[in-house]
Amino acid sequence: MKASAITDKALKTVAVPKKKKRRGLNLNRKRAMMGYLFVLPFIIGLVTFFAVPMVQSFIFSLNKLEVVEGGYNLIYMGTENYNRALRVHASYTRDLVDSLVYMFTNVPLIIIFSFFAANLLNQKFRGRSVARAIFFLPVILTSGVMLVIDSGDLLQSSLGMTQTDGQEGAFRAVELARLLLQTRLSTRFIDYIVSAVDRTYDIVSASGVQILIFLAGLQSISPSLYEASNIEGATGWENFWKITFPMVSPLILVNTVYSIIDSLTNSNNTVMTLIRDTAFASQDYGLSSAMAWIYFAAILLIVGIVMWIVSRLVFYYD
Amino acid sequence: MKIKGIFRRKSETRDKQHDRNILYMWGRHGWSIVRGVIIFGICFLILYPTLVKLSVSFMPEKDIYDVTVRYVPKNPTLENYKTVIKSMRYPTAFWNTLKLATLTSIMQLISCTLVGYGFARFKFRGRNVLFALVILTMIVPPQTLMVPLFMHFRFFDFFGIISAITGGRSINLLESYWPFILMSLTGMGLKNGLYIYIMRQFFRNMPKELEEAAYVDGAGMLRTFAQIMLPSAVPAMVTVFLFSFVWQWTDTFYSNLFLMNTPVLAKAAANVSNQIAKDMVRVVGAEIYLAPAVSSMYSNTASLLVILPLLVLYLFAQKRFVESIERTGIVG
Repeated sequence: MKASAITDKALKTVAVPKKKKRRGLNLNRKRAMMGYLFVLPFIIGLVTFFAVPMVQSFIFSLNKLEVVEGGYNLIYMGTENYNRALRVHASYTRDLVDSLVYMFTNVPLIIIFSFFAANLLNQKFRGRSVARAIFFLPVILTSGVMLVIDSGDLLQSSLGMTQTDGQEGAFRAVELARLLLQTRLSTRFIDYIVSAVDRTYDIVSASGVQILIFLAGLQSISPSLYEASNIEGATGWENFWKITFPMVSPLILVNTVYSIIDSLTNSNNTVMTLIRDTAFASQDYGLSSAMAWIYFAAILLIVGIVMWIVSRLVFYYD
Repeated sequence: MKIKGIFRRKSETRDKQHDRNILYMWGRHGWSIVRGVIIFGICFLILYPTLVKLSVSFMPEKDIYDVTVRYVPKNPTLENYKTVIKSMRYPTAFWNTLKLATLTSIMQLISCTLVGYGFARFKFRGRNVLFALVILTMIVPPQTLMVPLFMHFRFFDFFGIISAITGGRSINLLESYWPFILMSLTGMGLKNGLYIYIMRQFFRNMPKELEEAAYVDGAGMLRTFAQIMLPSAVPAMVTVFLFSFVWQWTDTFYSNLFLMNTPVLAKAAANVSNQIAKDMVRVVGAEIYLAPAVSSMYSNTASLLVILPLLVLYLFAQKRFVESIERTGIVG
């Protein structure tokens, strides 16, 4: 850092001679301009394909939209669409709550699993590259349409893999539940564990990207930290909690946010499907936009709160 | 007695040593055995559904109902594949998807590399706000923007320029690749926020001295980017390209939105059992309902056909992909 600051200074003195006034731009300004130039595609996209549609979508949610020849008409309805989404619609609120609950139960497990898996994959053993290749495979195996096909699939569920109501899955969990009940832990905790076991495949398959991110983080920890602590006589356990965990903790934040978004916006999420169907199957664009906005507000709120909480626990090296 | 005692002591120590050796061996190899079991278990868990799909896809209808058939089909057949390929219009759909995925992932790669570099290496006013907006584009569910985007491309008009040229008429960009190209080129495509994030983190971790050396040698900023930064960014670019290719390949959301009548693989696979039923109606001339197990068999076969090209791609690229993480670290 220091070296680069010095060279930065050196650069400025070299590149900005006394002709500064004639050129009009000093190096910093020029770099700022270049920065804007590099980011320009994003700025254009942000305005045309994000900001404008966001505003439009909000306007749609306050209106009744009718498609007519060569365009569309808007009839102002106030907050009627929001009212309909929350109070009148048969399944919207239930689906919303369901998918939030599902997210809240799954995300901690995803984070724990992917951290564990990344630690495993970071060790040296034979066949590591094969194991890595397979661990990342869910990124392909459960993306987009695959998730849609698998989630409602009869043969898969009858083989007890992806669905909780498959015979084998239920059997497995019952055995485990009986075992855990003997330990006299609270039933709520046991329920959570048992349902987690039932959803093992869901959790493993949703962890591909998170494992990748954690693994990259683990790789970037300098080995000298471990060397130093080993010389001081630290055990592997201590190394893990005193070095690995704090160093990777910023990525826990990244991964938590990613998992929340991924869980709430993936292609077989019920609310997402509902919003889509409302727009294109029942042609109710206004209601669909209102639903989407409520959903977005909920996601924003959750991500905000989670970021606020987790970022207080995060340790930053520099 | 004495001799006996000595003997006993000797044999005792040998036993102890033996015990200690076992303990030592356990400590050393126990973990690697446990680890092996865990890793094998997880790998099996990941691969199992796909293996089931594979075995089901070779089964004729009667094998599905046969209780004695578990994984290995009794009368293996390619009939499923033939039916599915025909009703998916596989060659056309494959070609369309290949074009679409290649086009969008290249566009996304270009835009995200540029934008990521801009965010990582240049200081300008509003940079943090803009980057927060990148995160925001990730958080906003695409469904929120769905209807306006649909309308936007249905009645496409770039700030009134196009309607001025065509005389008041907007153009319809649906059913073409233009919505995808425009959106990925401007960093608004599928999961583009994530790719920008990955590229930014990558460039941020590269040593600044590399660029400074280039500046001192008289290279401009564009040249430094093209000749110094880009070649070293290849690992991260491979990661982004693969992600974007795979996700575009299996995406149904945008292809349903913009390409309603153009066959692409993901859409065809999601719809395959309905389509087969329709095809059969044409042949038989009466309403036909596929049994749930049969339609599930067809959609499983179709989903295999969708991921097959991706698996081939992954097979070739995974070494670079995994290495790229190992060598550079996409985050940190």
